[in-house]
Amino acid sequence: MRLELVKRPQQSRAFSALSPFIAFGLTIIAGAILFAALGKNPATTLYYYFVEPLMEVWSLHELAIKAAPLILIAVGLSVCFLSNNWNIGAEGQFVIGAVVGSVLPVMFPDFQFWFVLPLMLIMGMIGGAAYASIPGILKVRFNTNEILTSLMLVYVAQLFLDWLVRGPWRNPAGMNFPETRTFHSYAILPEILPASGRAHWGFVFAIIAAIVLWFVLSKTLKGFEIKVLGQSPRAGRFAGFSAGKMTLFAFAVSGAMAGLAGISEVSGAIGQLRPAISPGYGFTAIIVAFLGRLNPLGIVAAGLVLALTYLGGEAAQISVGLSDKVVRAFQGMILFFVLACDTLIHYQIRFVKSKAATASLAAAQVPNV
Amino acid sequence: MSQTRAVDGTPLLEVKGLTKVFGQLKACDSIDLTIGKGEIHALLGENGAGKSTLVKMLFGSLEPASGEIFWNGQGVTISNPGQARKLGIGMVFQHFSLFEALTAAENIMLSLDDDTSILAIAEKAHGLSKAYGLPLDPFALVGDLSVGERQRIEIIRCLLQEPELIILDEPTSVLTPQEADKLFETLERLRSEGKSILYISHRLEEVKRLCDRATVLRHGKVVGHCDPRQETAASLARMMVGSEVITATRPPAAIADATELLSICGLSRKPAGPFSVALKNIWLTMKAGEVLGIAGVAGNGQGEFFEAISGEVTQESPDVIRIRGNPVGKLGISERRLMGAAFVPEERLGHGAAPRMKLSENLLLSRFKTDTKAFLGKFGMVRTSAIAEASKRIVSEMDVRKSAEDPEAASLSGGNLQKFIIGRELDRQPSVIIVNQPTWGVDAGAAARIRQALIDLARGGSAVLVISQDLDELFEVSDRIAVMHDGQLSSPLPAAEMTLERIGLLMGGSQTATESKGDAA
Repeated sequence: MRLELVKRPQQSRAFSALSPFIAFGLTIIAGAILFAALGKNPATTLYYYFVEPLMEVWSLHELAIKAAPLILIAVGLSVCFLSNNWNIGAEGQFVIGAVVGSVLPVMFPDFQFWFVLPLMLIMGMIGGAAYASIPGILKVRFNTNEILTSLMLVYVAQLFLDWLVRGPWRNPAGMNFPETRTFHSYAILPEILPASGRAHWGFVFAIIAAIVLWFVLSKTLKGFEIKVLGQSPRAGRFAGFSAGKMTLFAFAVSGAMAGLAGISEVSGAIGQLRPAISPGYGFTAIIVAFLGRLNPLGIVAAGLVLALTYLGGEAAQISVGLSDKVVRAFQGMILFFVLACDTLIHYQIRFVKSKAATASLAAAQVPNV
Repeated sequence: MSQTRAVDGTPLLEVKGLTKVFGQLKACDSIDLTIGKGEIHALLGENGAGKSTLVKMLFGSLEPASGEIFWNGQGVTISNPGQARKLGIGMVFQHFSLFEALTAAENIMLSLDDDTSILAIAEKAHGLSKAYGLPLDPFALVGDLSVGERQRIEIIRCLLQEPELIILDEPTSVLTPQEADKLFETLERLRSEGKSILYISHRLEEVKRLCDRATVLRHGKVVGHCDPRQETAASLARMMVGSEVITATRPPAAIADATELLSICGLSRKPAGPFSVALKNIWLTMKAGEVLGIAGVAGNGQGEFFEAISGEVTQESPDVIRIRGNPVGKLGISERRLMGAAFVPEERLGHGAAPRMKLSENLLLSRFKTDTKAFLGKFGMVRTSAIAEASKRIVSEMDVRKSAEDPEAASLSGGNLQKFIIGRELDRQPSVIIVNQPTWGVDAGAAARIRQALIDLARGGSAVLVISQDLDELFEVSDRIAVMHDGQLSSPLPAAEMTLERIGLLMGGSQTATESKGDAA
């Protein structure tokens, strides 16, 4: 007896849409089993993990803060992944976007006008796009593998930031702590509803970016071009699209989104540059992009879910004493179940009986045919 | 159905009720087949009739859903090709499985189960090649060999296993007529030694000439057994297709003083990779109203030629290619389309159409530049209703059969997708159209429809360039025929002056054929 995956002739649209939810449900069940095995009460742990963070207004704000960079980066990545460009370096583009955007408040602290903030955001996007263009250009010009180059550039960016905040950009009045001077008020991204919590305009940017990119991808010729080149490059060339230009475009767009996420995080949530400004948003966004089925609107939902696993993980650490590794395990399980659901939507499992059984079965059927 | 017994009474292979199901489709539906010793047995059928599925089950690469196979009267289960070889079944595939960077002998060694030394293999191969009239240098690199020579490697590789039954899948589809003649001699010699051959083909003339018996398949079912020598090509075709075969009608063309629509002046192209073909100084002009056919064995530069004309690969000088008088050598495919040209590549899925996209989206694929006003709105928004409307028009115009309102391209059968792709280009009324293998893998009814549409377009005042390996097709549609060999194009001749023999010589690379008419072999 063995198992075979047989391709389904028709995929169920309903299950395609439901699959992330089914996957999430299965993750909760598997999570409950995991908690029980760790000797915790599954019900209370799940409550602290997934419900408690949603009960308080301030904590909803925290959710938005965590979700904003995930969504921004992931919608950019969806353009890359749909066009078959594997940008794994969003974490580095996030950092460089933050660095370039911080040039004004750090190097010219006396330059204080209302337009400083818009300039910073634009510079952040340009910085991220330029940094992402390095693997893009290398791929087009020298046919390098963009997965490797974009990933390696993450470490370059992180070490560059580390050197900046310990060296030339260190706060002269900061008692030798490795951080820049704090941003002046014109360089701070304001809160959306200051009265109720910390959530800043980065979340609004994320929603706008998602809507705009959803429109481009699903309604316009550009979106068509992105998908055709991603699915069958030869058909794309036949259509007259250029794969090289698309690679540059996709890297530039996703870099700009990551850069905007970076400068928003720094000027909205942190207020200065530090050696580490991201808990791995650029990498988690890859999961978000796939959990959201590379659809910008799906990505908004997926970004909120993964932001919740960050928050819930912290809450469960405090209230139930769960290890912080559980967050990673949870994120991994979600990805696993999403991929498993997708596989079962496209294929059905068939049990193939052993040879002897097949032969006798076949023999039994012969008179009928 | 009455089964003719094999020549000497004991059938070598007997198949009863063999069935294979893919999803909803019964590719083979309770097939019965008997092959006697020392017999050349033809398996006839259109593309998609289930021939390949049947032989894959006989060779153990597919597992039957039900049915029985008897070998020398014994019931057997063939679960993998190794087992088939052990029984004494050998197979020569339509698409060769050879490594181009290795020599003939090395390729043979890879397929053997034991550790025979390369020299021993070369010697054995040499012996076999002499005995069966299959000239071959065992130490030649496969990449340097012609298709006919590569097929000889496959045949020798198969003979080394000393099979009782040899399965040949469309062996002549890649050969010139002369090479095919040589192959037939080899097969007749094998028969005289008592070996059995299962010969798969849809070429009726050669089946009539070579085979002792024939089994005809249609839609996965056996529709008849017959002696092909007693049948006419027309009666065999009727059995295969299930109805009278329609051939396209070709009214005479009046092109003497027509305008020149396509001209190619000294097109050359370096090979793009180690195994692709260089184009060498190609000259060609086409006038309004004519269909020009380009014959040639696969892999002689047809693909490279298509890419160069379509603009997927551009040229260094603008004057090399002119469409309606405009120099387009440096322009891309979209700009060439705007000049009035249309293109249909050989590969449907992945080149002419994006497999996972809907038909209407595939319409947009080649039309967004030429029909910008109709299909695109503000901000480059795609007018979904307009492309759906247009694709519905094409579907009904070309009689495309499909399972849903706007299905994915990959869900259509090859023939129906090809009808859609051709219809998509014809819908624009292009003044120049270049079609590579218009009816490859398309059933007879659809093929006739496609050919007729191409002829009608030409007679309406366009220039139609057809690249094909199917000589019957070229004679059916073309006013003039040229032959491509090793990246060179012979000068085109009126179809009436071309004979099969002459084309065969040109396909084999003989340049003298153009000058000395009738100077054969």
